[in-house]
Amino acid sequence: MVSTIVYAFLSVSLLGALLGMGLAFAAKKLAVKKDERVILVEEALPGINCGACGFAGCAAYAEAIVSEGAEIGLCPPGGKESAEKVSEIMGKVLNFSEKKMVAKVHCNGNRERTQYDFMYKGVEDCNAAILLHGGDKSCKYGCLGLGSCIQVCPVDAISKTDDGRVEVDKDLCIGCKKCVDICPTHVMKMIPYDADYYVACNSFDKGGTVRKICTVGCIGCKICEKKFPESGFIVTNFLSSLDYDSKGVDREGAAEACPTNSICKIL
Amino acid sequence: MVKTRTFPKGGIHPHGRKTLSNTAAVVRLPFPKTAVVPMSQHLGAPAAVCVAKGDSVEAGQIIGTGESFISADIHAPVSGTVKDIISIVLPNSVRTQAVVIETETTFDESVLENKYRREQNDSDPVARLSSQELISIVKKAGVVGMGGAAFPSHVKFQVPKGKKADYLVINGVECEPYLTSDHRMMLEHTDEIIDGIRAVQKMINAPQVIIGIEKNKMDAVEKMEKAIADRGLTYIVQPLKVKYPQGDEKQLLKAVIKREVPSGGLPIEIGAVVSNVGSIFAVYEAVYTGKPLIDRIVTVTGDAVRRPGNFLAAVGTSIRQLVEAAGGFTEAPAKIVAGGPMMGFSFFDLDSPVTKGTSGILALTDKNLDHSPMTACISCGKCVAVCPMGLQPTKLFRLIDNGNFDEALKLNLMDCKECGCCAYTCPAKIPLVHGFKYGKKMARKKS
Ligand code: SF4
Ligand code: SF4
Ligand code: SF4
Ligand code: SF4
Repeated sequence: MVSTIVYAFLSVSLLGALLGMGLAFAAKKLAVKKDERVILVEEALPGINCGACGFAGCAAYAEAIVSEGAEIGLCPPGGKESAEKVSEIMGKVLNFSEKKMVAKVHCNGNRERTQYDFMYKGVEDCNAAILLHGGDKSCKYGCLGLGSCIQVCPVDAISKTDDGRVEVDKDLCIGCKKCVDICPTHVMKMIPYDADYYVACNSFDKGGTVRKICTVGCIGCKICEKKFPESGFIVTNFLSSLDYDSKGVDREGAAEACPTNSICKIL
Repeated sequence: MVKTRTFPKGGIHPHGRKTLSNTAAVVRLPFPKTAVVPMSQHLGAPAAVCVAKGDSVEAGQIIGTGESFISADIHAPVSGTVKDIISIVLPNSVRTQAVVIETETTFDESVLENKYRREQNDSDPVARLSSQELISIVKKAGVVGMGGAAFPSHVKFQVPKGKKADYLVINGVECEPYLTSDHRMMLEHTDEIIDGIRAVQKMINAPQVIIGIEKNKMDAVEKMEKAIADRGLTYIVQPLKVKYPQGDEKQLLKAVIKREVPSGGLPIEIGAVVSNVGSIFAVYEAVYTGKPLIDRIVTVTGDAVRRPGNFLAAVGTSIRQLVEAAGGFTEAPAKIVAGGPMMGFSFFDLDSPVTKGTSGILALTDKNLDHSPMTACISCGKCVAVCPMGLQPTKLFRLIDNGNFDEALKLNLMDCKECGCCAYTCPAKIPLVHGFKYGKKMARKKS
């Protein structure tokens, strides 16, 4: 009885020792040499695996930089800081000048302000809702509010507001553009992080149509463009947009003059 | 009489509700004062507008040309002046250009009757013309499948090189509940349908013709059989058990010729061409009278409609006018559907026009609707049991809901016919079909 236990104990220990040696041998003999720069670059990247760089994640991007010479500075969340570190490791000069960009929903319409055509009861997703007549909102350019963007945002920067709109927290947003890509009405657009104003409407409908279906939509009246020529507001296809590279003189005046309050200050 | 048949796997038995309108003879609707004629009434590329604002057009004149391989010409349904060219959204959510024609006051039915008359002493055009000539007549007339999908008929009737059609299967199933336009067509235009079949049979050179009709239309079965016997033809009328979605091409072929179309394939790959009776009638008109497809029979029905019936309406007539012809609404409808209740599209704009594919307008009351809320899937497997395509709707939906479109594709998402059997059956009220439409869209977008 006792000897059985002893034998079992001994044979298992022996087996363990043998296999362990085998593994140790294999690890030495078959080790793949990894370029240590890959590890360093990976450490310099933020490590959130958002995929905005176009690679499968931070590790894949690091690998691509080192072995395939992929471009440095494709990581929006890492921004300038991480790009500088990476170029130092790779011994390259960096000309990284891009401004930090964040996403913003260009629509202020909700149940109270905008007309709806019907009661939608389908799959809770903007890309599903748009299959039915372009969405339940009478305006076919606005935010559908079902949060396809919320689903894809890797850092939970997007949320629904109490009054039924969808908003991006610019301090959380890492500028990966995933929400921009998924948004079916293209109402999610990128603007500079330090933008002061924006046009909270995305409708290309003529003014008359907008007036009928939404109280806060841009009617393309051109007051902002004509009265405040240096403000940077330009109206094309019945929709005003803001050129952030302009001088930006008296945007406040334009915002006040806008008859539908479509020009909003960013707090 | 021959034994009734049906397709083997899946399917459902919803209430037919056909008695609301199946005894109402087709009534010609007055021509609309303004016709709004969409350029995308068919599957494939939209037609290109070839008239300008201010032009005067004659009924039957081409106003939109379908140049791509899969497309169809659009003709003016009335004579008048082009008032505008606008952009509209159709009930099936397709955004398209539309030509607005103001009908001239002198235009009426007699204009069409004089222009498109069957010559009594004409030698038989089907015997006289070659199959290619017949196909080009169908193409010039802008004929499309009138059962719903509106696939251009001239493309369908052009049997590809190396393929052979053994069967021409005529679809008189009309399995969608409520709809009766094909039924009325078979009763009121039996002889014309037989003539149309002869023309299509020649185009595709098929030795055998089978006409599939569900058993709830025995009067149509008998009338067809009699007309065939009177002419000494060998067409077979195959009565079918009532089961949805038998009117789907693939299910119909399984039922009548017991052959299965391969996944992603077309009926011609198993030696068959399927055509709906409505399209056959349009072929008849094109070949024998020269009339292009500018009007169609629409069933206007549902509990919210005062006098359900079947109407011959010019393409471009507003749905509002159709509803008014049926006595208007008894109460504000809770839901309006273009097409049948299973595969139709719910919409809200009564000013939408009738198109070549509008088989019916269904107005439902609040009592008709099921308001029970959606719950989580209870894994009952009912959806799997009823799916005629042998798919696993519950699994597909879960994958799509999680954004896993590639996996859904591997489980043959693209084979889904959007017939709605699964969603109809689901006790958890999960919008399965809508999910699949969305999944297909996202999967296509990715690839
Ligand atoms: S921004 Fe776009 S994706 Fe986000 S909720 Fe609005 S419509 Fe949907
Ligand atoms: S808000 Fe949009 S751009 Fe910003 S992190 Fe989220 S998904 Fe990316
Ligand atoms: S809609 Fe698609 S998944 Fe559902 S039963 Fe029909 S074919 Fe099957
Ligand atoms: S029928 Fe509905 S509840 Fe039952 S398994 Fe299918 S999806 Fe789930």
